[in-house]
Amino acid sequence: MPKPEILDPQGKAVQGALPRLGFTGVTDVRQGKRFEIELEGEVTDALLAEVEKMAETLLSNPVIENYTVSVEQ
Amino acid sequence: MKVGVVTFPGSLDDVDAQRAVRIGGNEAVALWHGDADLKGVDAVILPGGFSYGDYLRCGAISRFSPVMDRVVEAAHAGMPVLGICNGFQILCESHLLPGALIRNDHRKFVCRDQLLRIENNRTPWTSAYDHGQEIRIVLKNGEGGFVADAETLARIEGEGQVVARYLELNPNGSLDDIAGVSNERGNVVGLMPHPEHAVEELTGSGLDGLGFFTSLVETAFA
Repeated sequence: MPKPEILDPQGKAVQGALPRLGFTGVTDVRQGKRFEIELEGEVTDALLAEVEKMAETLLSNPVIENYTVSVEQ
Repeated sequence: MKVGVVTFPGSLDDVDAQRAVRIGGNEAVALWHGDADLKGVDAVILPGGFSYGDYLRCGAISRFSPVMDRVVEAAHAGMPVLGICNGFQILCESHLLPGALIRNDHRKFVCRDQLLRIENNRTPWTSAYDHGQEIRIVLKNGEGGFVADAETLARIEGEGQVVARYLELNPNGSLDDIAGVSNERGNVVGLMPHPEHAVEELTGSGLDGLGFFTSLVETAFA
């Protein structure tokens, strides 16, 4: 997700479109990205650390974005 | 001097940049994103365009191309590196430059002849300009909004790392009207507008961009 202090022009565009469709009461919209990553075998701490590394080096830009990693079996 | 111009898949302004290098009095050397060496060049330009289709984030994938490993090493060793537009985005993604570039605040692509002020003429790319000189060159970008956290912004302003600033209007929402920045050492410069399109009377808005390409010669003989 874009960090809270970073302007999110795409989110603003979506927020602007919602009232035109009759959806009211939306005070803010922020747009981010979601990556679904499939791994071989059991999810170990070591594998999870690798995914964290992927998120930090390529999938996100830590200068402007935050990320969270979650596991689904 | 030999100036390498990197072509990534999706680069657009590489040939214009090579031409500007030659008009500026230097030798242009074509580098490919897959190259594992810099072919003995003295400086590198990362040109504008949409490298790797701007997938993921502008410059995010280009940053990990083989040639960029060499460029990052050389930049840390003091080699002059200039990133224009998409090249600027690649340098920010590589963390060679502070901050990042995000979508224009008005969400539209902008293409205009833009007035700038050269704020720092002590870099190897801007030494041909006077401090405070105003130049007009083309700006064309969709994701040119320069952002950084408050602490970083205060640091680059305080250290004189702002190389150029937008005048008349802020075309993309860049903080502090920043059009270009350098690293701490000053050898790596990123610029959102395009000096390589303003080096010939026939085809550009004037000759105001030429200084970015003649500065290297002045540096070499200084």
